[in-house]
Amino acid sequence: MNAEIHHLKTNAELALAEAFEVAKAALPGDATVAAERTAAFERFALVGLPHRRFESWKYTDLRSLMREAYPLALPPDAAAKQRAKTASRLFAAVAGRRVVVVDGAFCSDLSDLSDLEPGLFIGSMADALATSDSLVASHLSKVGVNDPLFALNTAFVGDGIVVRVPPHTILSRPLHLVFVTTSDRPAAMYTRSLVVVGQGAGLTLIESHEGLTENPYQINTALQLVVEDEAQVEHVKAVTEAATALHVGSLHAAVGARAKFDHFSLVSGGNVVRNQAFLRLVGADTAVGMCGVNLLSGRQHADTCLIIDHAAGCCESRELFKSVLDGQSRSVFQGRISVGPQAQKTDARMMTRALLLSDEAEAYSKPELEIFADDVQCGHGATSGALDQDLKFYLMARGVPAAEAETLLIQAFVGEAIDAIGREDIRAAATDATLAWLGQRR
Amino acid sequence: MMPLLEIRNLHAEVDGRKILNGLDLTVNKGEVHAIMGPNGAGKSTLSYVLAGKPGYEVTAGEAIFNGIDLLGLSPDERAVAGFFLAFQYPLEIPGVATMNFLRSAVNAQRKARGEQELSSPELLKRVREIAKGLDINVDMLKRPLNVGFSGGEKKRNEALQMVLLQPSLCVLDETDSGLDIDALKVVANGVNRLRSVERGMIVITHYQRLLDYIVPDIVHVLSAGRIVRTGGKDLALELEATGYAQYQDVAA
Repeated sequence: MNAEIHHLKTNAELALAEAFEVAKAALPGDATVAAERTAAFERFALVGLPHRRFESWKYTDLRSLMREAYPLALPPDAAAKQRAKTASRLFAAVAGRRVVVVDGAFCSDLSDLSDLEPGLFIGSMADALATSDSLVASHLSKVGVNDPLFALNTAFVGDGIVVRVPPHTILSRPLHLVFVTTSDRPAAMYTRSLVVVGQGAGLTLIESHEGLTENPYQINTALQLVVEDEAQVEHVKAVTEAATALHVGSLHAAVGARAKFDHFSLVSGGNVVRNQAFLRLVGADTAVGMCGVNLLSGRQHADTCLIIDHAAGCCESRELFKSVLDGQSRSVFQGRISVGPQAQKTDARMMTRALLLSDEAEAYSKPELEIFADDVQCGHGATSGALDQDLKFYLMARGVPAAEAETLLIQAFVGEAIDAIGREDIRAAATDATLAWLGQRR
Repeated sequence: MMPLLEIRNLHAEVDGRKILNGLDLTVNKGEVHAIMGPNGAGKSTLSYVLAGKPGYEVTAGEAIFNGIDLLGLSPDERAVAGFFLAFQYPLEIPGVATMNFLRSAVNAQRKARGEQELSSPELLKRVREIAKGLDINVDMLKRPLNVGFSGGEKKRNEALQMVLLQPSLCVLDETDSGLDIDALKVVANGVNRLRSVERGMIVITHYQRLLDYIVPDIVHVLSAGRIVRTGGKDLALELEATGYAQYQDVAA
């Protein structure tokens, strides 16, 4: 046991420490990786689970939201894999190449790895760690952001997906990373994926997370994305976890020069969801767009935390996140645009809007600007409010019943963010997800 | 014959302020009524009360529309029953394409009446025909409802909805506001084509100008929430010449 461990107090924290001691010898990777894991766990142990006084987690107090730490998931058996085959109907109409992770384990037998485009590599993170893959090892903890949950991910990572798209290769078929939880007992899963998109390459990357279980489970997943110069990447993340899930997802993206990166996230499932994105613009003349929609009801809690770091000049970034809240749900949006001293001519705008359908729902917004350059355009905005009764009346005055009028207005509200999705088939899937959510509401 | 609309002793208030004070009005099928009056007389309040806008509270009186209690219906039920209000300020709804809005309105009404919903091609055909008569560019139908539309485009869009939905009672609230003379003629033509022995209209306006194009059968002066004078179409001309001052005195 390490000396810092005494900072850990709660049952969940103590269980995590114990689980790490038990698991660390069996987790994949050589001695260097093992040392990184231990160092990462120590970083976590210094602060423990984040709580109200931990600024970037202020509104998502994991110390109270995560009372227990579940044991690591067992590898999926044949029955689990069979159940997993029904996963991701949401993107059924998108003819993507599916790469499947079940209960935290890469399943090559469920993945479509045939006829790979020349130079395209898709493999398991566990294999990459076990074989000391230098690229993977160099990325394991090199992110420049000190986040306790990402540190926990580094400590415990068991598997995930590694993708390399060679330079100047445009993948016309989306690549769909499917994460499914089927576990028949309470379980925790730590997955890490690394996607490197070479210079001038193009990729549409779908990342979906869902649960086909009624058992409580905890997901700590991270995606490291390297978008090299002139590459074009669209990343779509859908969180449709089971109602029993705690999902913490970290996206670390480094985007090179003259590149294009678009991100869309949809959260409609899960009990507690934290989507955190750390985006670094490391090359000039790059455009990034990040949009998202949270559809929440019951007692769901969804936290979106963005840090957009303009480290190079002449880049443009746009963020638009929308939340629809019913019941006693809560949404949190924290967004920081950080403009470094070299990042002149930065053009950055961030907007978040919350639509509250219930008196008991809560929306928290905290946009921030941190600017060290003097020739930039930056802006942010945040709104929250109820459905516009005048608009509803206008629709009703034309014969549209109240419930349908609300549905139309809610669709219109989220439509602005969905419209930012580049591919029509994915846009249609996001619209369908919205309609399904609205259908359940009625 | 039963009147199309019979309003008796209507009292209504907004935020506790009394706006309508015992209004009586009878509209028969085939008639076009104009309601004129000074600002603040209650003209728009009357239209909103009839349409069922939340916040417009009826404290006394009744409005019988085709034999049914109009004020007991929700706004969508009133529309299904054949009531239509052309808004003075049509609302902008970002994210709802005009064509989708029209489809939702038409099919919601058909569904409520137990009729089969219109197919998209059939609806599009009807809308195109009406749009042509109202000088509406069909590209406008792809744009979000009223967003970025000029004042004239918004009013033409209201007329399009009215013609498409074929209501039996049309209330036009200050349809002339924000319209240049060319647009006014186009909209008035659209309205005039709807005139029929089966349909009644209430044209609310501050100025006589609109009534040159939509010629009323009966003209009423509304002041302080009541009809204070009723006459033929010449009354409008008289009002244009003398102004509303005398009626404001009556109200005071």
